[in-house]
Amino acid sequence: MSNMHEKSRRDFLKDCAIGALTAGASPLAFARDVNPSAANQSKSRVVVARDPALFGSGSKPEASRIERLLDRAMQTYSDSSDPVALWKKLFKPNEIVGLKVNTIAGPGLSTHVALVDAVCERLKSAGIKPNNIVVWDRTNGELDRAGFTLSSDPNRVRVVATDSKGVDYDETIFSHGVVKTRLSNLLTRTCDAMINLPILKNHSGAGVTFALKNMYGVNNNPDRLHANNCCPAVADINMLSPIRTKFRLVIGDAMTGCFEGGPMFKPQYTWHSNGLIVAQDPVAIDQTAWDIIERKRAERGIKSLPQVGLVPRYIAVAANAEHRLGTDDPKRITLQEI
Amino acid sequence: MKRTFIPRSSPLLVWLAVALLAAACQQRAATPLSLFPDSGAAAGWTRSPEIRTFAPEQLADYIDGDAEKYIKVGVKSTSTADYKYNEQVQVVVDVYLMASPAAAKTIFDSEPAMDAQMPTLGDAARLYSQSLLFRKGPYLVRMVAYQESPQLPPALLDLGRALESRLTR
Repeated sequence: MSNMHEKSRRDFLKDCAIGALTAGASPLAFARDVNPSAANQSKSRVVVARDPALFGSGSKPEASRIERLLDRAMQTYSDSSDPVALWKKLFKPNEIVGLKVNTIAGPGLSTHVALVDAVCERLKSAGIKPNNIVVWDRTNGELDRAGFTLSSDPNRVRVVATDSKGVDYDETIFSHGVVKTRLSNLLTRTCDAMINLPILKNHSGAGVTFALKNMYGVNNNPDRLHANNCCPAVADINMLSPIRTKFRLVIGDAMTGCFEGGPMFKPQYTWHSNGLIVAQDPVAIDQTAWDIIERKRAERGIKSLPQVGLVPRYIAVAANAEHRLGTDDPKRITLQEI
Repeated sequence: MKRTFIPRSSPLLVWLAVALLAAACQQRAATPLSLFPDSGAAAGWTRSPEIRTFAPEQLADYIDGDAEKYIKVGVKSTSTADYKYNEQVQVVVDVYLMASPAAAKTIFDSEPAMDAQMPTLGDAARLYSQSLLFRKGPYLVRMVAYQESPQLPPALLDLGRALESRLTR
């Protein structure tokens, strides 16, 4: 782990500048590159892929079914019959690709290990070397409790955390709006590109936690960003340049969902939602996630999030003129449920 | 005349002794280790040795944004331990010491009961297929299992009763 900081600060700043120029400083720019319909219609595409038999008769989803579900979602998203095509478009073989998972809620409600394994296999198929894939979150303890096997073996996929030896938070203070924070060196220095792998959850403070809120796991002071339903802090943190320029794809784990009592695991409020949600617009995917959670709350006979004072207002703020991180307008979201 | 020596400060000493004793008792009651039943205290249950305790300002490190609602109504400390049932089912037990019984009730009541059973335990309790929530005085206890098992609900209740007997009001 001593070589975790492969890049100097100068390299990092150069990357940010190049990223801002080439990517238009927005994940939407990537979306237009890989998703023709997004470019043609100025719409953001969100694909919700489901497999009702994902869990079989057990309590864990079946790995082989997850792989097929992931391929189906990615092929639909990219209008391609080749399951590896989109991965090749998004990630170059020499890049170090980070997979930001969400593991704070332990094994019951964290990004499934089998999904991460499937993503790693597809990245390898696209030419990414195993050791250039970095699965990460805040702490080793959380990764371990969620079922991930920590590894810094140079021949394997790295599974590390910001509190791993030799990682830590970047000394640079990044700020936007109400956010003033330090970001994980895994984001700022180690990785060239990122995939966001959140899990579908209600959140007792923010209302919903999915793609945008998962960024509270990349910085050193998330506890200070929960005031006022996490608004505008969630939108503001997503404006920070390493986040805007490096996150290229969201693969949302909606195999298990939490409609109440989140973000921690309370089994009575979870269900097998049997899905994966793929998008590049983090606002559109969060708007979709909110809709799914509301539908489940209604089905289970509990009040809607607005009725209990938990509107995830940060979603609309992330879409506003100041942030422009994506769209929350259903008319500008092409939702494909397969 | 023989004089019996009675220190002038004796009432103060008595008061101090009583205060120290009370503090010691309170300290013992609040020790995280004393809250959690040992392995075998309830049939089939084993406890991991590590007990983690979080002050209010650290609670977000453990339960993320959920910490806000506990802090808002008044939480003094949170302790957590891992258990296993029959060496297979992994269970996390959280004990929240709230500022008052009313604060514990506020959190308890904020969670929809859904299809819970209401066993007799503490001041109020809810039992689900994979979890148990109960409160007693200023304590709120949550037990969450990561696997399902037909034997789990009664086993959770057994462990809950063993823990409940350790909680002072």
